[in-house]
Amino acid sequence: MLHQTVQSMFGPGAPLVWALLGIVGIILPLLLCVAYLTFWERKVLGWMQVRIGPNRVGPWGLLQPIADGLKLVFKEIIVPAKANSGLYIIGPAMAFATALAAWAVVPFADGYVVADIDAGVLYLLAMTSMGIYGVIISGWASNSKYAFFGAMRSAAQMVSYEIAMGLALICVLMVSASLNISEIVHGQARGYFAAHGAGILSWNWLPLLPMFVVYLISGLAETNRAPFDVVEGESEIVAGHMVEYSGMAYALFFLAEYANMILVATMTSIFFLGGWLSPVGFLPDGFPWLAGKACFVVFLFLWFRATFPRYRYDQIMRLGWKVFVPLCLVWMLVVGVWMMSPANIWK
Amino acid sequence: MEPKTAIFYVLSAILVAASLRVITAKNPVHAVLFLVLGFFSAGGLWLTLQAEFLAIVLVVVYVGAVMVLFLFVVMMLHIDVERLREGFWSNLPVAIGVGLLMVFEMALVLTGRYFGADALPEPAAAAAGYSNTKEIGRVLFSDYVYPFELASVVLLVAIVAAVALTKRPGKDKKEQNVRKQTAVRSDERLRIVAMPSEKE
Repeated sequence: MLHQTVQSMFGPGAPLVWALLGIVGIILPLLLCVAYLTFWERKVLGWMQVRIGPNRVGPWGLLQPIADGLKLVFKEIIVPAKANSGLYIIGPAMAFATALAAWAVVPFADGYVVADIDAGVLYLLAMTSMGIYGVIISGWASNSKYAFFGAMRSAAQMVSYEIAMGLALICVLMVSASLNISEIVHGQARGYFAAHGAGILSWNWLPLLPMFVVYLISGLAETNRAPFDVVEGESEIVAGHMVEYSGMAYALFFLAEYANMILVATMTSIFFLGGWLSPVGFLPDGFPWLAGKACFVVFLFLWFRATFPRYRYDQIMRLGWKVFVPLCLVWMLVVGVWMMSPANIWK
Repeated sequence: MEPKTAIFYVLSAILVAASLRVITAKNPVHAVLFLVLGFFSAGGLWLTLQAEFLAIVLVVVYVGAVMVLFLFVVMMLHIDVERLREGFWSNLPVAIGVGLLMVFEMALVLTGRYFGADALPEPAAAAAGYSNTKEIGRVLFSDYVYPFELASVVLLVAIVAAVALTKRPGKDKKEQNVRKQTAVRSDERLRIVAMPSEKE
């Protein structure tokens, strides 16, 4: 109905208006989710460490993220004297823009996607791999040693884990025979178990279990979350690339990190946990499933943060290059042979 | 003007301006970032040609990986811009000669009979359901499978060579053996000695 109204109001410009509506419809709820994810994280960490967490602002502390946001908006943005002022401002904008742009190809339910493009997975990889420029540019433009260290660490870490992430996705692409993200979800609705009402066993996480683990951990490393948060490493290099930033410029990095967290969680749910599909045959598919799965993966991220100590830098590199990359290559071969054998389950 | 033409001109203008700044920028980091912008605009231009696979791969490979490492290196170099400019005037005649030669070569190619607007008509609009990605994959793994495999072998050799060149065993090279590190027990590192307290 809304579609027809837009069509009649704007005529030939309707697709553009429709896309703009889609963008607003994604970004506003996303920013709200980001705000409350910070609240949820502090609460979860609090509970896990037998504390209460934020509980002063509003009922149960629910207005805490709003208060934090207001505080950051009213703070002065300080530009260091010898900073490269143009790039200094572009840095956080790059980080935030790429974190939002990737959402264009995310399907929320069957057909509910802003850009249903055939090369959706590639677009996603392109946008997430560009997020690193925000970190590097801001680290360099701040003209500060700690910021620069953060940028260096981030560049090495993100490039390494992108490879593992991409290789893990190749297995997913092999079994779904498509780069279209909606098609990947549809592919998971087929199979022996899905036909017998136990769809959860037909999703990619089971046959591609090692890749699921690799993707999840690489996603954690890509978003610079604990235990891979050496980029910020507050005990060694204060806050890494954002050490010189204040006010909204700092807040943009913060928002980008949490938006990326939600993105990685959503993509994990889509690639490996069946997206919007229902786990059992007698319940209908739909967006609540995707939201629930994404929430679960985000919760895993918070849980990891409360559980594991930070990795040492050389251990991070070893895990990425010497464990994940060979594992992905071997599993790619396994999946290839599996698909060519009579036991192929992805017909 | 058609929207597609307008997009073409906007992207081309950005591409040309960014490319110019790559060679005129004083700061090498700025030059690299303008190169990134150039790649990105070129990707946009390819998108208007319905080559979405190539366009996005250009961004993934060059913008997302190659230029990041490039920036990584350039940021750590201490480049003295004044010293770079020293030989400008003495090298200018050679540069002009090479530039003119390149313009001449490009003119030869572009005005030849294989490259004009009539020799290369606009590609027919793709049918619905046509997937550029699938088509490239099909051609790459059927008609061009040997050149493709050969290219990958060459790349593999290059990787092995790069690793072999940089990772040479030396006398003063220290390495960590993670297996030994994880197998270590506390009594190998820490010895608790029972000792009576001493008087002054």
